[in-house]
Amino acid sequence: MSDHAADDTVPEVDESRRKFLIAATAGTGAVGAVLTAVPFLASWMPSESARAAGLPTEVDLSKMEPGQMTTHIWRKKQIYVVKRTPEMLASLGNHDGELKDPESAESTQPAYAKNKSRALKEDVLVLIGTCTHLGCLPKTRFTPGDTTIAANWPGGFFCPCHGSKFDLAGRVFEGSPASVNLVVPPYSFTADNKLVIGVDATAEQGAA
Amino acid sequence: MSAVIEGKGGFRAWLNKRLPVDQFMEDQLTGYYAPKNFNVWYFFGSLALLVFVMQILTGIFVTMHFKPGEDTAWNSVQYMVREVPYMWLIQPMHAVGASFFFIVVYLHMARGMLYGSYKAPRELLWVIGMLIYLALMAEAFMGYVLPNGNMSYWGAQVIINIFGVIPGIGEALTEWIRGDYGIGDATLTRFFSLHVIAMPFVIALLVALHLVALRQVGSNNPDGIEIKDRLAANGKPVDGIPFHPYYTLKDIVGVGLFLTAFAIVVFFVPTFGGLFMEAPNFEPANPVSTPEHIAPVWYFTPYYAILRAIPDQRLGALLMGLAVVAFVFLPWLDRAQNKSIRYRGLLSKLLLGMFFVSFLVLMWLGLKPADPIYVTLARICTATYFAFFILLPFVSKADGNGPVPERVTYHAH
Repeated sequence: MSDHAADDTVPEVDESRRKFLIAATAGTGAVGAVLTAVPFLASWMPSESARAAGLPTEVDLSKMEPGQMTTHIWRKKQIYVVKRTPEMLASLGNHDGELKDPESAESTQPAYAKNKSRALKEDVLVLIGTCTHLGCLPKTRFTPGDTTIAANWPGGFFCPCHGSKFDLAGRVFEGSPASVNLVVPPYSFTADNKLVIGVDATAEQGAA
Repeated sequence: MSAVIEGKGGFRAWLNKRLPVDQFMEDQLTGYYAPKNFNVWYFFGSLALLVFVMQILTGIFVTMHFKPGEDTAWNSVQYMVREVPYMWLIQPMHAVGASFFFIVVYLHMARGMLYGSYKAPRELLWVIGMLIYLALMAEAFMGYVLPNGNMSYWGAQVIINIFGVIPGIGEALTEWIRGDYGIGDATLTRFFSLHVIAMPFVIALLVALHLVALRQVGSNNPDGIEIKDRLAANGKPVDGIPFHPYYTLKDIVGVGLFLTAFAIVVFFVPTFGGLFMEAPNFEPANPVSTPEHIAPVWYFTPYYAILRAIPDQRLGALLMGLAVVAFVFLPWLDRAQNKSIRYRGLLSKLLLGMFFVSFLVLMWLGLKPADPIYVTLARICTATYFAFFILLPFVSKADGNGPVPERVTYHAH
C-alpha cells in the first residue's frame, strides 16, 4: 500500500485551516524574532564598568578664588565649577528680557537649583560644560563688555562651535542655536567647602 | 550530448550547464542595450562602483593594522603609516577615497536631477540609490570617527548628540548609541564592527539591487526619452548600443581620468588643504579641548550649515534630516511630462540652478565659523534649498511639457 494517491486527484484543501496555520506560524516566528532582538539591542547599553566609572566626583572649593572657574570630570562630561563674585551675581538680573528661558522652566536642573542664581549656594555655580545645542565645550568669556561676543555682553560662556551664548548662570541668550540653558548636574555639599557632583542634595540642604 | 562536451569549447559548455556564465554576460553586458547618446555625466555610475571596490580593498588592508579603541586607535594609525611598508600609501588611499566617493556620488545624483532620471519608470531605482547614499553617509561618518583624532571625537560628539533632541528618549538614545556616558571604547569598537562588517554588506546588497533595477527599466539618457519606444527589427532599441563593448570601453576612459586625479591627490595633496583630512584630526582625541572651530568633512557641510542656521535645536535637527531625505520624494514631486532639463522651460532651469547653487553655498558655509554674516547667508540658502522642493511640483507642471524629439540627439564622432 503506497502513501501516494492512486490517481492524480488533489485532495480538497481546508483553506481556513491553512490560513490559520500560516498566521499562527508567522505570528510565533515574528514574536520569536522580536524577543531574539532584545539581547542584541540591549548589548549596546553602557556596561557595568562604564556605569561604575560614573560614580560621584568630589571637589574641594577652599582653594578657589572668587571669579575663578575649575573643571572636573563626571560621567565623561566636563563639569564647570565657578565661584561667582557679588558683581557676577548682580549682573544676572539685568538681562532677563534677552534670555530664552530666564526662569529655567524648560531647562534641566535639580529642584534645588531652579532659582534665580541656578545654584544651591548662590556663589557656587555648577554646570555640565557641554553645550545644550550639540555638546561642544562652551568657552569662558567672563569679562563684561567683550564686544567680540555682543555689544552689551554681561560676561558668561560662548560656544565656539555654533555660537551659542550663555550668561553667568548658564542661561541661554536669544539668537543662540541652543534652545535651553546649560544643564545643572545633581550635586550637594558634604561640608562647607566640599562639593560632591553626582549626589543630590537632601531636603534640608536644599532649603538652606 | 556527449559530442558537445567533447567538442570545441567543451569546458565552456560543461561550465554553462552548471553555472550560467554566458547567459549572465549576455543579460548584463552584451545584450543590455543602453542609449547611444550618453555624455560625460554617465561616467559616474561606474566610477561609484569602482570607488566602492577600492574602498573595500584598501579597507581590508587598513583593518590588518588598525586597533579600535580609546587608547589604541590613534596610535595604531600613526604606527601603520610610519612603520608598516607602504601603509603610508594605502591608509591615505582609504581616507581620500571617502571624499572621492562623495564627489562621484554627488555628480551621479546631479545627473539624475538634470535629466529627470528619477521619473517613472525609474522611481525605485532612484529610491534605492538614495538608500545607498544614506548608508554611505553612515559608513563615512563611522569611518571618520574610528581613528579617534580630535575632530573625530568632537564630530562624533556633535552628530550623536543630534539624536538627543528627540523628546523623552533622546538622552537614553545617545547613551545607547555610545554605550557610555561619553564617547569611549564601547563607541569605537561598535563603530568598527559596523564600519567593517555591517555597512559594507548593506551597501553591497543595495548596489546589487540598484543594478538589477537598472537592468529592468534601462538607463535614462540626456534627452530623457525612452529608447524602448522605438525598436528595430531585431527587437532591440534603434537608439541603443550594447553596453559591452561600447560603454565598457568608454568607461575605461573615465576610469583612467579618475585614477589620474585620484593618484595626484593621494600623492601630492592628500589633505586637500584640510578638506579631505582636517588639521585637528592630526592630534589625538582630547575630551577637554574642543577644536576652535568644529566642522564635519566637506561632504556633510551642506546639512551641517542648515543645522546651525536654525536658532532652535529641534527644528534645526528636523530640517537637517528633511534636507537629506527630501531627495527621495523627487519622483513624485516632479510632475512634468518631459524628463530632461533640455526640454523644460526657463523657470525649471532657474529652479534647478538655484538648488545647485544653494547646495554648493551651504557646503561652503558649513566649513566657515558661525559668524553672524555666515549664519544669515545660511538661512537664506536653507530657504532656497527647501523652496526648490516646494516649488518643483508647480514649476514642473507648468513648463515641463514642451515638444521632445522622436530620436535621441546624437552626433557621430
